[in-house]
Amino acid sequence: MNPNLNIKIGKVKLNNPVMVASGTFGYGQEFAPFISLRKLGAIVSKTVTLNPRQGNPAPRTCETPAGMLNSIGLENPGIEMFIKEKLPVLRKIGIPVIVSIASEKDPTEFIRLVKRLGNLSAVSAIELNISCPNMRHTRLISQDASATYEVVKAVRRQTTKALIVKLSPNVTSISDIALRAEEAGADAVSLVNTINGMSIDINTRKPKIAMVTAGLSGPAIRPIAVKMVWEVYNKVKIPIIGMGGIIDTDSALEFIIAGASAVSIGTANFINPRISVEVVEGIQKYMKVNKIVDIRGLTGSLQK
Amino acid sequence: MRKVQIAAKIISNKQLGQRYFKAVLAAAAVADKARPGQFVMVRPQTGVEPLLRRPLGIHNVCGRNIELLYEVVGPATGILSQKSPGELVDIIGPLGNGFCYEGRNTRGKGRPILVAGGMGVAPLVFLAEKIKKLKPLVLIGAKTKSHILCEKEFKGAGCDIKIATDDGSSGFKGRVTALLDTILRAPNFQLSNIYACGPRLMLEALNHIAQKYKILAQISLEEHMGCGFGACLGCTVNTVNGYKQACKDGPVFDAQEIIW
Repeated sequence: MNPNLNIKIGKVKLNNPVMVASGTFGYGQEFAPFISLRKLGAIVSKTVTLNPRQGNPAPRTCETPAGMLNSIGLENPGIEMFIKEKLPVLRKIGIPVIVSIASEKDPTEFIRLVKRLGNLSAVSAIELNISCPNMRHTRLISQDASATYEVVKAVRRQTTKALIVKLSPNVTSISDIALRAEEAGADAVSLVNTINGMSIDINTRKPKIAMVTAGLSGPAIRPIAVKMVWEVYNKVKIPIIGMGGIIDTDSALEFIIAGASAVSIGTANFINPRISVEVVEGIQKYMKVNKIVDIRGLTGSLQK
Repeated sequence: MRKVQIAAKIISNKQLGQRYFKAVLAAAAVADKARPGQFVMVRPQTGVEPLLRRPLGIHNVCGRNIELLYEVVGPATGILSQKSPGELVDIIGPLGNGFCYEGRNTRGKGRPILVAGGMGVAPLVFLAEKIKKLKPLVLIGAKTKSHILCEKEFKGAGCDIKIATDDGSSGFKGRVTALLDTILRAPNFQLSNIYACGPRLMLEALNHIAQKYKILAQISLEEHMGCGFGACLGCTVNTVNGYKQACKDGPVFDAQEIIW
């Protein structure tokens, strides 16, 4: 018998726990030549803001040991263009569409964004990106437990759609923030966003990224992310979407065993555009071999 | 123009002197669709170090094979250079827009000029093959005589070749863009289009010259890329029409479109 990979995020049913991290998968079509997008558990859009954003100047990315830095700066066409041009294409894939949204200056933008998306049947869930490190904020919403609570609470009042809150690892205690998000009514938390980082060209003595600091992703951050998922799992009851350096089935399973109900593939999509679907198949195989009938039995199954 | 991810078998992988190599890969699905100026994202390494793929311009297409001309500059190209015939290399391609050499963006009856700086020769050989009936003039810029690449290939495509070296060890002494300037200054030169690939500073200088003589120049930018197929938005280029992605909107741009 095939193992059961179905999971739920709020009211949203996913055929399997593998999704793709916001900002690493465009709006899906970039990957259509390589994989059958329908095989994913869900697709998370690149973050959308109220207004179009051209993003940060070049250079925006650089490679680092087992990782990469990025400071894209939420380049996106804005919510109206997204709804008009990207959303219909995402909907056609036929799997849950999770729309990632962010505010640029004022957290009340989240309310306007959610109001705009709340009635659209093509939107299965909304991910609040309160943790992008590449905006000119001095402090992120997700670096402040009260601010996180207030934003989630305010957004919760506006929509019955599943709400996912994406958390920053650049905090003293991520589980405290996750707890506040849960208390405010989040259906799930996703973690981790990228870790603040910086890299310097010693010949020019210039930063390798135009914005100087950037977000680190890739296998380099995986142990940190796994630990944070485990820590949050021990504190909250809502599902966790784990991510940070997943590059194959084994690393996806680490997150699930640590406590993640679902996983997101990020940077690895750039290296192997087929990786997300390969991980779905790999998890299925692992469950068969280890006689695990339901993926939910694997979540948080860390042995002492 | 369908791109594919395939494990391409290495047919040959030969050192051409210094740190330059030419690899021939069996990659029919890429070869069938490839246009000059397009590139592939290569992953010769396994594991996570180095992590990302590397963009390499398609040097030529021979039947079902593609050729890649590359310089060993870091760990990924180092690993590629160690691969033997029969081994597999994971590639994605063909990627990018390629040079426009028919119809739109081309004009005039004169000869096209191909200008290569350093490794910039790589994609221009493929282009020269495609437009050989126009008898292109090729300018190759290199540090020294021993750094000159692809003379034979361009000759094979029926091109006239002029060389510029920084130290004067072969041909014109000075920058290849200075050589271009002297050629365009000649009163009877029948010109049509410039196609160029090379370091950014060379292309910037070339843009000034193209503007001065009012010639259209298509340039291929060598940018660092995260994914190569438009997902990461990392290879941003600032243009008069806003930010564009080198991998998807380029790597070939009209020189005057770029904000240098």
